[in-house]
Amino acid sequence: MFGLGKTREPENLDVLMTCKACAEQTTYGTLLQNAMVCPSCGAYMRMRARERIDLIMDEGSFSEMDKGLKSKNILSFPEYDEKIQKAMETSGENEAVVCGIGSIEGVKTAIFVMDSHFMMGSMGTVVGEKITRLFERALKDALPVIGFTTSGGARMQEGMFSLMQMAKVSGAVKRHSDAGLLYIAVLTDPTTGGVTASFAMEADITVAEPNALVGFAGQRVIEQTTGQKLPEGFQRSEFLLKHGFVDLIEERKKLKYTLSKILKLHR
Amino acid sequence: MKAYERVMQARNSHRAMGLFYIQRLLSNFVEMHGDRRYSDDGAIVGGIGLLNDMPVTIIAMERGSTVEERVKRNFGCPSPEGYRKALRLMKQAEKFHRPVICLIDTSGAYCGIGAEERGQGQAIAENLMEMMTLKTPVLSVVIGEGGSGGALALGVADSVIMLENAVYSVISPEGCASILWKDASKAAEAAEVLKITAHDLKKRGIIETVIPEENRTNEEICDDLKAELLKRLEKSAKLPVSKLLEERYNRYRKIGL
Ligand SMILES: [Zn+2]
Repeated sequence: MFGLGKTREPENLDVLMTCKACAEQTTYGTLLQNAMVCPSCGAYMRMRARERIDLIMDEGSFSEMDKGLKSKNILSFPEYDEKIQKAMETSGENEAVVCGIGSIEGVKTAIFVMDSHFMMGSMGTVVGEKITRLFERALKDALPVIGFTTSGGARMQEGMFSLMQMAKVSGAVKRHSDAGLLYIAVLTDPTTGGVTASFAMEADITVAEPNALVGFAGQRVIEQTTGQKLPEGFQRSEFLLKHGFVDLIEERKKLKYTLSKILKLHR
Repeated sequence: MKAYERVMQARNSHRAMGLFYIQRLLSNFVEMHGDRRYSDDGAIVGGIGLLNDMPVTIIAMERGSTVEERVKRNFGCPSPEGYRKALRLMKQAEKFHRPVICLIDTSGAYCGIGAEERGQGQAIAENLMEMMTLKTPVLSVVIGEGGSGGALALGVADSVIMLENAVYSVISPEGCASILWKDASKAAEAAEVLKITAHDLKKRGIIETVIPEENRTNEEICDDLKAELLKRLEKSAKLPVSKLLEERYNRYRKIGL
């Protein structure tokens, strides 16, 4: 049984959720016990960061870092304050990534988990800062990093400050890597834009969930630019595996076991 | 000048482009082709030459000024092999202790099926990581349009310089307007709120220097740029590599919070 994260406590386990793939309704509690995989058709639902942490980390081992960091509207961008406010309410999170230290099958690990329920997991300065701090902490404590990515890309409302986070995080990843430490990225649906063009593609070992959309450019943009019809399965995990950009695809329910196996091979 | 007027200036097909700057900045330029993995990308021109008497590696995006050139250059939109060629030449520069000068001018990395198949995201990501620790001075100059991640892939540097009418943005003003107001014709408004001009970015500490363009010829602008590059390279040359890399890391580390 997967425990509920703190922010999810008020949620009703009996509430019915509808699968987007097969339209079957299942209770939230049943889905949670099934790793948010539809019991009727096997479709993967997008997980919230805390559901993922409960699924992957040893029970009670996770201690969160920088939970209080909140985005500011640095450019006074129209409607941004309202968007942040709404995202905090609907997601129960302060930002689009949760970071911390915990253990996986007893192996101490730094972990970041992005959350597409917060402004489509877009990367602004707080997301960049939290992930950078996590890699710096992991470097200091000689810990491996596991990162779950999901993102619509850089956060437009923070202009160039958000683009610069790609470079900032990449610098921290590089220092962690140069110290001989392990970074495993787990690509989940959807991972696109600036996150794909930075830390999602910078890991020593790149794992993907089945059928996750992973790419740099958006599919509509590609169709408009090229006038071509996109091939079947374009930008899905299996497509990336075929073209050599991921090491392995693993089912959600086996992820913890596989990650722990890899971690233990690096001790 | 309004931000969107500068966007139009930056995109103007009569504006001086990468090849013009290479020819005027350097003597004895030797172009080098190919990423040694797949092909040679015309959108990125790279090679070595002398900046005064100093050997440097230069890597420039080129949009092309004639119809045939534009097709050959893919309108300045690099493919993964372009970024991989750039990285190859940067590593070569590191080996021979040459400074690297990058000239940025693209509406963005190419959005195509082949580019995705060959890992556009991975190619950009690798450059960001490797440039951060390249053990030689790196200077980047936005000479026209700096389009998002595709521009940043040549933009991790010790200092970033912009020409006054260049722009640098996380998203095109048209793209931003169509997401924000479902109306691409509001691009001018989007250009204002995104803060993409050289002066805006200097004020916010995203770039170091603005090279003035008003009432200057292309040649004069290029000569001012050359003086700025020489000044900055002279300063970098005095730093031990460890200090250079520390400062490069901190340049990005402090952005945002
Ligand atoms: Zn289903």
